[in-house]
Amino acid sequence: MAIASKDGAKVWQRRDRKAQFATWAVYLTSTAIFVYCWELISEKTIWAFVWDAPAQAGDLFARMVPPDWGSIHGLWRPIWDTLNIATLGTLMAIIIAVPVAYCAARNTTPSVAFVRPVALFIIVSSRSINSLIWALMLVTIIGPGVFAGILSIGLRSIGFCAKLLYEAIEEIDESQVEAVRATGASGGQATAYGIVPQVLPAFAGISVFRWDINIRESTVLGLVGAGGIGLPLNAAITTLAWTQVSLILLIIIATVVAGEWVSAKVRHAII
Amino acid sequence: MTLAATLTRRWQKPPLIKRAWLRWALALGAAIYLALAFGTTEVNWTRVWEGLPRGARFFAAFFPPDFVSRWSEIFDGILESLWMTVVATVIGIALSIPVGIGAAKNIAPAPVYYFCRGILAVSRSFQEVILAIFFVKLFGFGPFAGCVTLAFATIGFYGKLLAEDIEDMDPAQAEAVRATGAGWLQWINYGVQPQVLPRMIGLGLYRFDINFRESAVVGIVGGGGIGATLNTAFDRYEFDSAAAILLIIIAIVMVVEYSSGYLRRWVQ
Repeated sequence: MAIASKDGAKVWQRRDRKAQFATWAVYLTSTAIFVYCWELISEKTIWAFVWDAPAQAGDLFARMVPPDWGSIHGLWRPIWDTLNIATLGTLMAIIIAVPVAYCAARNTTPSVAFVRPVALFIIVSSRSINSLIWALMLVTIIGPGVFAGILSIGLRSIGFCAKLLYEAIEEIDESQVEAVRATGASGGQATAYGIVPQVLPAFAGISVFRWDINIRESTVLGLVGAGGIGLPLNAAITTLAWTQVSLILLIIIATVVAGEWVSAKVRHAII
Repeated sequence: MTLAATLTRRWQKPPLIKRAWLRWALALGAAIYLALAFGTTEVNWTRVWEGLPRGARFFAAFFPPDFVSRWSEIFDGILESLWMTVVATVIGIALSIPVGIGAAKNIAPAPVYYFCRGILAVSRSFQEVILAIFFVKLFGFGPFAGCVTLAFATIGFYGKLLAEDIEDMDPAQAEAVRATGAGWLQWINYGVQPQVLPRMIGLGLYRFDINFRESAVVGIVGGGGIGATLNTAFDRYEFDSAAAILLIIIAIVMVVEYSSGYLRRWVQ
């Protein structure tokens, strides 16, 4: 807080002169970067299409209502597949994420110099690559289908689960582990009775949270051929069957909202 | 129970779920679900087996990845992704501020609250790629559609967290500002904004990070950025170029993540 004097009277100011200049410099640079980026994108845009968009949107909307409820019979199986991709993918991820997190946490890793960097690299590379890109790769490698979807969801989720889990392990209360060890427990017993009970609630919370995200992610894997509700969505869009598209979109909203509700309830029950 | 009986009893770990019937019902339910799920998942093992050499070839392509032969396409794609990320994050956050304020139960009237919550729910339900398909349809191919997609997805993420943060704020401070006779805008600016700002800056940087990662996938459906290049590389089985792109994405995400972590600590 600073006070400036103006015509002999004291005036309250939020920052002194130096801080004010620094703030303005930050604002100016950010605005310049934003304008520059916007300019580059604007160059690559055909503005006639953009001005036309409201009319297009109205047209599309008119084609999408009413949803084609008759085609719902063919959609139960893709919905079941989508849920399976999310659930089995999450299951696979948490099974792999536990040892990775154990190796990545500073207080449990077998070796800070060798094992920890490897575990951290696994976490970062799994997190940086979107599940759709994993699906793109896996579909070219092992062929289209639900299996590729499960693997890609699993591979993407390892990093997420392992990162949150290793942070939870690093935040545990060491004195409890110390107490268990003082009773003469071996390393494995100290882990099982000193560390696991402390991170178990976090672990359950993370798994359910990721499951909720994975439901949303698995709705699009079908677009690259990896199974689930994305397959009929892609088919409906390519055949311009807009009434089916709107039905599928409604189903996706319902599934995602239901998943979010379940996950919120479960997390509430755990914590 | 007598003392002797207690002494000879062995300690047992208490079960995670106390009610026995619930424990068994959950286990049984999980077993039935897993049996059904595995039973209905068709895996074409011969196709998987045939694909393994291709997978090996893909992993071999990482040693060394080919940065050179498609360098100009990769470079353009990465730059375009970065511009898209900057523009989309800024516009998305700017738009999510009114939506987030409207979706906070303690300061918005009921009709506004439900309207804004509706926007957030729609934005959060759809994965970026589905949104991108529609925006590409409306705005044509190119980075503009990708930008709109990312900005719209940002509204759902940022608006929801902003609304929750405002709902958790300390009402006493806001009340004090109001007691000085402040107008509504002044009240928001001096009573509410300082309480949520530090966390919101951190989340803004986090969203920048997410938007960059997502910008790699909106390109697959025509939304501009590095995704289009990556998709082409996969379609043409140019695994060494694809490996190069993936490594660049990983590197940039790491840089953004570390610098945003640093910035967040500096701001808070």
